[in-house]
Amino acid sequence: MTAQVITVTSGKGGVGKTTAVANLATALAADGRKVVCIDGDIGLRNLDVILGLENRIVYDIVDVIEGRCKLKQAMIRDKHYPDLYLIPAAQTRDKNAVSPSDMIRICKELRPDYDFVIIDSPAGIERGFRNSIAAADRVLIVTNPEVSAVRDADRVVGILEAEEKGTPSLILNRLNPALVRNNDMLSAEDVLDLLGIQLIGVVPEDEAVIIGSNRGSPVVTDPRSRAGQAFRNIAKRLQGQDVPFMDLEQQNAIWSALQRLTGRK
Amino acid sequence: MFNFFSKKRSAGNAKDRLQLVLVHDRTDLTPAQLENLKNDLLKAISNYIDIDPEAVQIGLERDGRSQRLVADIPLRGASRHRTG
Repeated sequence: MTAQVITVTSGKGGVGKTTAVANLATALAADGRKVVCIDGDIGLRNLDVILGLENRIVYDIVDVIEGRCKLKQAMIRDKHYPDLYLIPAAQTRDKNAVSPSDMIRICKELRPDYDFVIIDSPAGIERGFRNSIAAADRVLIVTNPEVSAVRDADRVVGILEAEEKGTPSLILNRLNPALVRNNDMLSAEDVLDLLGIQLIGVVPEDEAVIIGSNRGSPVVTDPRSRAGQAFRNIAKRLQGQDVPFMDLEQQNAIWSALQRLTGRK
Repeated sequence: MFNFFSKKRSAGNAKDRLQLVLVHDRTDLTPAQLENLKNDLLKAISNYIDIDPEAVQIGLERDGRSQRLVADIPLRGASRHRTG
């Protein structure tokens, strides 16, 4: 077994990186993969609460780096999936406690025993981001269909190209199909055309995401959620499966029924 | 039924504005610097051929993830040479 190291980053904060990491890791574990996720946001950790594991933290990544514990001791096992682990960030330290070579070393130690290592990068393009991409085999960029998020995503794509990390894949998060239909939101095609990178998934805006994070149980575990379905599809694509993109139009069945009735479709 | 006012709603605005912003972000060239570049180019070209500065179009264009500087510079007075 040789794990693939995937870093999830965005440039802008608040676009859903941590949600994406929690959901992809959970979906991969549900597919029977052995997964470790690492919170790369030292000082502002959040992946633990999104996964519902905040009460189980004893050691964190800085304890591993500074030799206070073994790597295994800092790995928190998920409540539902025995092959899903979290390595939490340190909350009371800053990003300078970790270096790119620390991340490379930790990932090297994990690689033989797992299928996927997923790193949740902090927002921005500074030290924490550099640490998070150091060991990446593949980078996923999360953005929202909004001017500021797309602009920042483009900066990150440029940096990744300059660092020869290859071209990242795009997760377009929180797309509102009704707004897109009304031409009041950038469409997936618009964003892809602007950024010039490959798409790996479009996640529709979905209240179930907030409900899931309130409960500490990622939305992929909700079989009825559209966002959950989108994340499950992305997880399949990460495993090399060819899954067709969801038809986000069908979300508004009532609207299309109305359109058919009025003879517009 | 929405077509009447959906022709140019805010998504089009967002895309147009982003297109410009991204080209300048990627090239690290401000609109003012681009204007200077354009003036320098015109000066250099005018040393060799007669051009109409008003008709010149120079701008940055996107092509996937790469940028190109595109210049359309009509030459002036070609017909004068033929008749003269």
